Amino acid sequence: MLWACIVLPHLALDTLQRRRPPGEQPLVLIDGPLQARHVLDADAAAQATGVRAGQPLTTAQALLARFEALAHDPDLTAQQHDLLAAWAYRYSAEVLRLPDTGGRGAVALEVQRSHRLFGHWPDFEKKLRDDLTAMGFRHRLALAPTPLAARALAEASDGAAIDDPGRLRQRLARLPLRHAGLPGRSEETLAGMGVHQLGALLALPRAGLRRRFGAPLLDHLDDLLGDSTHPLPRYLPPDRFDLRIEFNFDVENIASLAFPLRRLTGDLADFLAGRDGGVQRFVLSLGHRGHAPTRVVVGLLQPERAPAALFELARGRLERVALAHPVVFLRLRATELPPFVPGGRDLFDQRPEHAIPLEQLQERLRARLGDSAVYRLQATVDPRPDQAQRIMPAKADHVAPTTRPRPTWLLPRPIPLRGHGLRILAGPERIESGWWDGGDLRRDYYVLETADGQHAWAFCPPGERPRDEGWMLHGWFA
Amino acid sequence: MNPVAAPADASLTTLFDARRLWRGRARPTQADGIPTGLAALDDALPQGGWPPTSLSEILLPMDGVGELQLVLPALATLASRDRPVMLVTPPYLPGVAGWSARGLDMRHVVIVQAASSIETLWAMEQSLRSAACSAVLGWPPQADDRALRRLQVAADTGQTPAFVFRDRRHVEHASPAALRIELETRPAPQLRVRKCRGAQPPAHPVPLPRRGA
Repeated sequence: MLWACIVLPHLALDTLQRRRPPGEQPLVLIDGPLQARHVLDADAAAQATGVRAGQPLTTAQALLARFEALAHDPDLTAQQHDLLAAWAYRYSAEVLRLPDTGGRGAVALEVQRSHRLFGHWPDFEKKLRDDLTAMGFRHRLALAPTPLAARALAEASDGAAIDDPGRLRQRLARLPLRHAGLPGRSEETLAGMGVHQLGALLALPRAGLRRRFGAPLLDHLDDLLGDSTHPLPRYLPPDRFDLRIEFNFDVENIASLAFPLRRLTGDLADFLAGRDGGVQRFVLSLGHRGHAPTRVVVGLLQPERAPAALFELARGRLERVALAHPVVFLRLRATELPPFVPGGRDLFDQRPEHAIPLEQLQERLRARLGDSAVYRLQATVDPRPDQAQRIMPAKADHVAPTTRPRPTWLLPRPIPLRGHGLRILAGPERIESGWWDGGDLRRDYYVLETADGQHAWAFCPPGERPRDEGWMLHGWFA
Repeated sequence: MNPVAAPADASLTTLFDARRLWRGRARPTQADGIPTGLAALDDALPQGGWPPTSLSEILLPMDGVGELQLVLPALATLASRDRPVMLVTPPYLPGVAGWSARGLDMRHVVIVQAASSIETLWAMEQSLRSAACSAVLGWPPQADDRALRRLQVAADTGQTPAFVFRDRRHVEHASPAALRIELETRPAPQLRVRKCRGAQPPAHPVPLPRRGA
């Protein structure tokens, strides 16, 4: 087995930064109790002025006139860590989520069995790095026969690879002790003993180590070298998606939600690609201060997982929302994740390149114009003109067309026809029906030509046939 | 030297085929238009019918003067289950019985109701670009030159015929549509081709037989 380990040295900072539109104030991540705030991490703009991790917050305030200080939220970082594990699941069935402190994290994945699918290590490595860069995560990557060795190696030298298990011990021996991720305070104690390299630690007798440091250190060394018989717990992707972005300011208009929405739908698409699924329905919640959140349900006709399509549909739905209160967080939840079947396209399809299927077009139109804005009409067997057609249900049955003159435009409700010089072209056709449901109707229908040359479908009370006044217009023969 | 010699240069042939350049009285190189169902109109149009990948503009004095009768025969041949005809914001409800009597299967007609002129144009453009419709008809309450140009480009991109119905008063303004037809009711129901890309518009009006009434 060969493991790739992705070390995310700035996981907490990157999590926050990728949710902010670029070009804002320098960002400093702070942690610690209220009286002793210290800098946990700082972005490039803040680093350039000399702000470093570990400094007290007051030092950062002295160095930087204007910056945004955000408190570290371990839950948020853990959530993002989970999402990255879900992303890695796309490349391998064996994924380990290796937690760390101080806003860092690591994900390990078994890559040997995925070589055939994703290419050999240099190609595979490039794929992983491209994905991480596109998602906005700084990372260090290494390959080794065990996940913990890969992590130690990634910490020591980015891009290193050990593919021969026989040389693992020899290569690890040269690594500084601080990269090995030893449990508890053993690293400091060992440094006090004059042990600074892994090689020196591995040379010490096991019995003495067990007495002095207990079992956890020896288990860790076994995991590191692959001598362990207990495998580390595997990551299993959850069968639901729930992610929220908190704003530390009030969002007043919908347009400003486009950027965080793109991140949310992008993360959803990555998550779906990892489990080879699609999404058919998801809920966006817009959180307000002191009010119930506004829910926006995005439903699709068929499972979808393309990031651009998800974003466009969600934005279409969001744009129709009238904001009553400012938004303080945006949350995306998807609980139904059906399998995804990509739509097939004919190899010799002559259609233009950016053509989209009819279903997708209708979804796009419905998303912006409303669910009831796109429909088809169907004839019914009812003779009354007002009920002779209806909006077509999903499954339609066929009704034979009538041979009598019927207009191509129908007015939603009849209006008086005003005009002079009306000429009768055809009629009368008496329509008398509806006594059974209270919609009783008795009319004489005529086809009229107006003085302007329009052909109208109009009716009058039975047997009357007025000259110019008294006609009710019901349609046009356009 | 023969002034009407066949063009030797391939690029010139391309220009002729694309109807960006035309010869005085020459017939078009290919009649790839969609038959209008009106023989006199087919003869008058350079492509022998509706332009299949362009915008056609129909100008009316008022509703109900035969504007649908003009397009329904073509739509009846185009509409299919996989590629329906799209009606974007029609001014009235399409009468199912009337459309069926003209040969249209209403299961293959999708109606889209947009609230504003901008959304009507947006829905038309999306439908045209998608190439998922066999024809797109629209009734935008307001459309300027730029909007029509966008529709023309969208029709070309999606290789889909587009029809836009507008008031006759717009006849004075220039339009990017490939074909402009004005309907008249006086002295008799007739239509005038105001512009057709690829040829001079015919000088005489084409009579429009009113039927179905």
